[in-house]
Amino acid sequence: MPSEPLLKIAELTSHYGPIQALHGISLEVNSGELVAIVGANGAGKTTLLLTLSGVQKASGGSISFDGTEITRMASHKIVQSGICHVPEGRQVFAPLEVEDNLKLGAYCFRDDKRRLSEELERIYQLFPILKERRKQPAGTLSGGQQQMLAIGRALLGRPRLLLLDEPSMGLAPLLVEEIFRVVRELNDSGVTVLLVEQNANAALGIADRGYVLETGRVILTANADELLADEAVRKAYLGH
Amino acid sequence: MSYLRGFYLLTAAALLLPLVFPDNYYVTVVGVTAALHAILAVSLNLLMGYAGQISLGHAGFFGIGAYASAILTTRYGWNPWPAILAGLVLTGIIAFALARPILRLKGHYLAMATLGLGIIINIVLVQTGELTGGPDGLGGIPTLSLFGWNVNSDLRWYIVIVCVMLLVVWLALNIINSRSGRALRALHGSEVAAEMMGINTTATKTGVFVLAALIASLAGSLFAYQQSFVSPDSFSFFFSIELVTMVVLGGMASTYGAIMGAVILTFLPELLVVFEEYEVMIFGAILMLMMIFLPQGLFVGIQSLLRRVGRNRSELAGPDTGEPEESGRGAA
Repeated sequence: MPSEPLLKIAELTSHYGPIQALHGISLEVNSGELVAIVGANGAGKTTLLLTLSGVQKASGGSISFDGTEITRMASHKIVQSGICHVPEGRQVFAPLEVEDNLKLGAYCFRDDKRRLSEELERIYQLFPILKERRKQPAGTLSGGQQQMLAIGRALLGRPRLLLLDEPSMGLAPLLVEEIFRVVRELNDSGVTVLLVEQNANAALGIADRGYVLETGRVILTANADELLADEAVRKAYLGH
Repeated sequence: MSYLRGFYLLTAAALLLPLVFPDNYYVTVVGVTAALHAILAVSLNLLMGYAGQISLGHAGFFGIGAYASAILTTRYGWNPWPAILAGLVLTGIIAFALARPILRLKGHYLAMATLGLGIIINIVLVQTGELTGGPDGLGGIPTLSLFGWNVNSDLRWYIVIVCVMLLVVWLALNIINSRSGRALRALHGSEVAAEMMGINTTATKTGVFVLAALIASLAGSLFAYQQSFVSPDSFSFFFSIELVTMVVLGGMASTYGAIMGAVILTFLPELLVVFEEYEVMIFGAILMLMMIFLPQGLFVGIQSLLRRVGRNRSELAGPDTGEPEESGRGAA
């Protein structure tokens, strides 16, 4: 490893009341990587991301981001340090206009209007449909458009690490392809991505490395193409 | 600024009314009460309509402001202006101290807690008789004076209170259209998602709670000077409910809706004097009917009705541009 990883998680545990959801997870994401976490329903994937962004509290272990300990940091501080989260189910602010949703992504930055409008323009280039609909309430968008909005909103937070939770959920295959193409592009342009997916095939198809999660534990980690070729993984998660 | 267009209209209407109808009871007497209610409804709407935090105790802060001014001027001989300020400081401290534990609650629990808060404030006003005059109230409150200009007629009170109302409306409109306003509305949508945007949800909720309380306190002080008499009845639980009714009637998350609700519910009892005994019942009925038939409130409801009429017309002329419209959800 040439240098310290951007994100380093060690022995992380988390509980929902008496129920333990994460049983000592350790993983690393290097700067510039696209890492996929795959696993079945209830494996702890979403909990892991929520714990990373401080919404869910860790009960043990540590998370360090760019050399700084963030395990017990308030979630708004974590966003400020450069971890932006695209939550499961998109969670766009339905009654607000598309553009207001995007502006909320840049909530941490109180800079001049010009920089904001430049960054908005960049998102609109990435997702032209959002520009067309920018005065419309976000709730009136289709699922795929809402996913684009959620990603665009997170990008306005100028992420150094982008957390993506099930971006393919509930989308038509063609749209899934489109979303994954954009994620790959973003990663190529330098954004480090941690991607959580049930759609293991698609996720590992664009990732550099992957982790397989089962009942709150990492059971396997390897390069993405090795995981795709792994007989056990294919049986359990790829369905063939 | 386009979002201030309605504000200019409101300003013009509010200032022209007394010129067109001078010494009209419904303008300078009922109108003042309506403006005062509008101040309260607009502030409650920031908290309830925009941030989605229900409060059934708003009359309590109104009462603290009123009694702070009443007590300090009559019992301690303070000048009315510093008394207003003292009321604001006291309200600010109480609201700030209570915000954290109270706003941690959600939905019904938050409603119960704020309900309790309002009732407690009212009980304190009744029980600390040697200071507040108890249930009999406190009279002989001096009036305000601005550089020798005594606010001593109905018309002058109209000017003062309407100007304060316009100021509060302007403030509310600016907040809503700012970065903080977006944060409030995000909070209403989903607290978790708001946190993921880097919004400090606790600080934001505390901020809007304190701001709404401060505006209510200011309204209370003005009310005390205008009436020159206060009694706990004006700050009871029922008044809190009335304020909530105003916000819901006009339309949650609409400043103009809150004003509309305040105006309607102030004039309605005047017009239905015969039903005075049943006022609370009528408010209850209005609230229920609104929730069933117009959950978005009158103002928003009428607006979208007009838009629909307009769209139907343009559809006759041109191609269909209608988008599937998802109705805004009424907050719980």
